[in-house]
Amino acid sequence: MQKITKEQLIERASALLRDGTVNHVLGWAQGEFDYDITPAVFSDESSLTGNFVWNDFCGANFSKYLVSKCRTLEGKILVFLKPCDTYSFNQLLTEHRFDREKVYAIGIPCEGMADIDKVKAICGDGISSIDCSGEKLSVTSIYEDSPISVNTADVLTERCVNCKSKKHVAYDELLGDEGDILDSARFDEVAKIEAMTPDERFAFWQNELSRCIRCNACRDVCPACTCEVCVFNNPKSGVENKAPANSFEEKMFHIIRAFHVAGRCTDCGECSRVCPQNIPLHLLNRKFIKEMNECYGEYQAGETVGSKSPLTDYTLEDLEPGEVFDRGDINA
Amino acid sequence: MRKCSLDSLNSVFAKIAEAMALYLPVDGSDGRAVFSKWEDGSVLSNALNTVRSPKDFFFPQSEDLMRFKTEGKNIEIIDIRPESEDFAVFGVRACDVKSFDILDRVFLTEPCDSYYASRREHGVIISLACTRPSETCFCQAFGIDPSTPAGDISCFKTDNEMYWQANTEKGEALLKAIESLTEECTDEAVNEQKEKIRAIMKKLPLASLTTNSFGGGKTTELFDRPEWAELSEACLGCGTCTFVCPTCQCYDIKDFNTGNGVIRYRCWDSCMYSEFTRMAHGNNRISQKERFRQRFMHKLVYYPENNDGLFSCVGCGRCLSRCPISMNIVKVMKKLGGESK
Ligand code: SF4
Ligand code: SF4
Ligand code: SF4
Ligand code: SF4
Repeated sequence: MQKITKEQLIERASALLRDGTVNHVLGWAQGEFDYDITPAVFSDESSLTGNFVWNDFCGANFSKYLVSKCRTLEGKILVFLKPCDTYSFNQLLTEHRFDREKVYAIGIPCEGMADIDKVKAICGDGISSIDCSGEKLSVTSIYEDSPISVNTADVLTERCVNCKSKKHVAYDELLGDEGDILDSARFDEVAKIEAMTPDERFAFWQNELSRCIRCNACRDVCPACTCEVCVFNNPKSGVENKAPANSFEEKMFHIIRAFHVAGRCTDCGECSRVCPQNIPLHLLNRKFIKEMNECYGEYQAGETVGSKSPLTDYTLEDLEPGEVFDRGDINA
Repeated sequence: MRKCSLDSLNSVFAKIAEAMALYLPVDGSDGRAVFSKWEDGSVLSNALNTVRSPKDFFFPQSEDLMRFKTEGKNIEIIDIRPESEDFAVFGVRACDVKSFDILDRVFLTEPCDSYYASRREHGVIISLACTRPSETCFCQAFGIDPSTPAGDISCFKTDNEMYWQANTEKGEALLKAIESLTEECTDEAVNEQKEKIRAIMKKLPLASLTTNSFGGGKTTELFDRPEWAELSEACLGCGTCTFVCPTCQCYDIKDFNTGNGVIRYRCWDSCMYSEFTRMAHGNNRISQKERFRQRFMHKLVYYPENNDGLFSCVGCGRCLSRCPISMNIVKVMKKLGGESK
């Protein structure tokens, strides 16, 4: 259950549309079964009342949409941001990817988002609706006479289980508390992989990445991937490819992408959320974050606008190349 | 009709695997079903469907077509196809079996695609009736009956038994090979199950979805509908929907320079990609709205127009469960057909 209700959000958005503060609202639109929610632009009150939704399945992070919507929509855009979304918002501003003047950001508290695949692992196929308004999820299935009660904590998405922060780091207005940075266990899984032998580690990634179908959803949803034309789509780059040529090539795609977003990835978790093949892409990105934290001191991309990532900022305290080499040796 | 007990399924599979490679859905390390080659002890997944469709067996994501070798002014063209061997795919659902008809019309029409044709010739399809359809299933909108799947052999799984029914010569031959492990039976239990499944189908949330607003001849009516803008608004232009779809059939052919020759390969392509069917002047579908529209117009209008009214969606629901933004063909059909809630 979310602390703030859909009605409260609709009311606030309608008021801002009415008084002319904003012309459009970037929000979540109702689907067929309560869990299949689509990002949408609402430009009048009636579409908000008819279609706007806010529940435990509103995982989509709107920050990246601002890059295109600020260009194509006339007037000001209201965007609703969950705490983790605000980090992407700041990072995009740091990279000058959208016009802050065109945006009115409302921070909304988040109790964590549910993963429909986890719900289905408990309830099976056949879900016709899910009521998110109580303490627990109430799942109606065509195969059951009465609704199944599911603990929200049992079906949270990975990124919400390991939520790094409930703090809103960017907003024009807050509905609810500003929130706090949390102590999360998000690096535990990375530490486990570090503890593997090189062969085990290779086998782990081989098993995960060999499932990749190169649909590019991870890249296309990623707020750190905002190149106008990605090298992997650009015939002139020489590495353009629509399908993995072989299993090694597939790893290259992911490793190159992880390098490219290193220092800019806020760990928003969108890549892992959307992957149709359930590949734990966040582990690659978190390895980079953990590595940077250990080598250069704690750094959180998107915490403030304009901050420099350790990879683009030289200080006298920086690690010497030799020390980096030694670390690599220990890890091997 | 023949049957075997579920306890003996492993030995039946072993017998089939003696004759040819056998693939079946098993649960992968992440818990999702994936078609894998049978090995002793492989356990048939209980999942309704695999994330990747069985079209991969006939139309793989990427395949090498030929090699070119140059020596002086001569170019040698080398056929690098491995010899095709017989194989069987077990556990194909009714929707996915239907998808092969749709692919056949594309690849087997003259000029016939010999790569695809050879795999179709060598493959035996063993389908499996669906006992627990999902909310995302809407095969019935396309006239598919999941209780009675087609294929070379149709299988029906009950609490304790697996029933086998051959539909083609290929199927007869394979059933002959496992004759000693199965016994002749009546179709009473299967008929009973079929009735149960048909009753479930009526209860599915998408049971009332119709194709009435679509089909050949609808291009002018649907092409410029203003709803396309809203429907495609959030589309990421990723290829997930096309790559998990059993009927999406577009591909690209490319040359890979090996240093001392060229390998020509083909790989899936997606109409959702900005560089799809790129020509000298670029892609003629300049925005995501146009690319998005292409995918659905192809399935619901252009394909039926050229194929006696056959739609090129089978209602498997994969795009419903896997699109990162939950936009899909059902939402498109409802919106354009005036049925959206
Ligand atoms: S979303 Fe998953 S399957 Fe698609 S390209 Fe990324 S890792 Fe591969
Ligand atoms: S409809 Fe969904 S899956 Fe298909 S390209 Fe758009 S975002 Fe990707
Ligand atoms: S369009 Fe969607 S529902 Fe239809 S066959 Fe393709 S993946 Fe299945
Ligand atoms: S769409 Fe129909 S045939 Fe396909 S899995 Fe669902 S019920 Fe079975």
